Amino acid sequence: MNVTIMDYGAGNVTSVERALRRLGATPSRTDRREEIASAERIVLPGVGHYGALIAALDRRGLRQPLLGAISRGAKFLGICLGLQVLYASSEEAPELAGLGLLQGQVSQLPPTVKLPHMGWNRLERSENSRLLDGISSDDYFYFAHSYAAPSSGAEAAALCGYGREFMAVLERDNIFGVQFHPEKSGAPGAKLLENFLRIT
Amino acid sequence: MSLAHRIIPCLDTDGARVVKGVHFEGLRDAGNPVELAARYNAEGADELVVLDIAASRDNRPTFIQTISRVAETLSIPLAAGGGIRSLEDARSVVRAGADKITVNTSAVEHPELISELSREFGAQAIVLAIDAKRHGARWLVHVRGGREATDLEAIVWARRGVEMGAGEILLTSMDKDGTQSGFDLELTAAISRAVTVPVIASGGAKVPSHFLDVFTTGAADAALAASIFHDRVQSIRALKEFLQQSGVQVRLPC
Repeated sequence: MNVTIMDYGAGNVTSVERALRRLGATPSRTDRREEIASAERIVLPGVGHYGALIAALDRRGLRQPLLGAISRGAKFLGICLGLQVLYASSEEAPELAGLGLLQGQVSQLPPTVKLPHMGWNRLERSENSRLLDGISSDDYFYFAHSYAAPSSGAEAAALCGYGREFMAVLERDNIFGVQFHPEKSGAPGAKLLENFLRIT
Repeated sequence: MSLAHRIIPCLDTDGARVVKGVHFEGLRDAGNPVELAARYNAEGADELVVLDIAASRDNRPTFIQTISRVAETLSIPLAAGGGIRSLEDARSVVRAGADKITVNTSAVEHPELISELSREFGAQAIVLAIDAKRHGARWLVHVRGGREATDLEAIVWARRGVEMGAGEILLTSMDKDGTQSGFDLELTAAISRAVTVPVIASGGAKVPSHFLDVFTTGAADAALAASIFHDRVQSIRALKEFLQQSGVQVRLPC
């Protein structure tokens, strides 16, 4: 199966590519507008600064092709920052507009806990998540972030708690997002990516 | 729900092979990094650190290749370092598949390197490694593999490193390293309480109770060890089972 990985010149895209390849998929990395516009299955990995990701997308003119592909029905999976950019904005770079597909603002986790939220944590999941199918609530996933999306919204498929509750897995129609790194989360992470590949 | 305490095996390499020795002296071969990485990945390690302790310029291409081959085998995060002196060095390590970059001597000499790397890769990718040794009532930072003392206080340096953009501290006690007498609980707790980022304790581990102590009294967020895992003195699985039974939250993969 072909999967288009958006490669905007930052972050560790290689590990996402390797994880998908291990599952038998055929990932291709690109930052070309036409390839993203016509993609059927898109993964947007992201680490680092929200502002850097938004700026990189806009500098390459990828915002409209991506929004076009999603509205056409392409399956989209945002990882970490790739989830956060689905929202209207982020406290991390309030002057920049996010993709705005979801309501609300990404905000920093409270200073009552050590930041970044770094390491393995469990999820509080809803019953009918497509991405978490076959994954136990005892399973851990690897997180590395200081900002997170609000925990409210019908798109919530799983929440996580660290300082406050936040969105860990979101699903709405063909739009999916995970705050953790499935490509770094051992067997449960691989299962989640496999579930994404199977969504029709 | 809460964050699990991490167990992190460390591969000290000469670029190509895993080596071991006390305080970087009397090095001997301890195995193939790719084989060890695969074993730790399967045994339930939460993360892996790979260091080039030779850190010479000539060695770089070999070490980058090692990182790439190790990363290929892992489905857990990988931190790599040793001899990272510039943004370009860091880029090559990340491109090879590392999720995090550790910096030590060059950050002491040029603290702005921390900010530069943090801006490029994000704070979560920058691990400030500190080798600390007790001098009277204070702990001082050592550089060049611990061989050279500085007049920098470890607590002050840890705080400064975090201000400059480090997202994690890898704290090695020079006094405890290689002794197998337990982590330096006092040092670890002092640094852990002084900073707002996670602290990985290193140096001195042998038995499971050492890990329990460093997660409780030492207030560490993660604990690192090398030879006890390489030599199969301690299995990661059994260690984690002990910690869970002792009330410390850990990730036990099935």
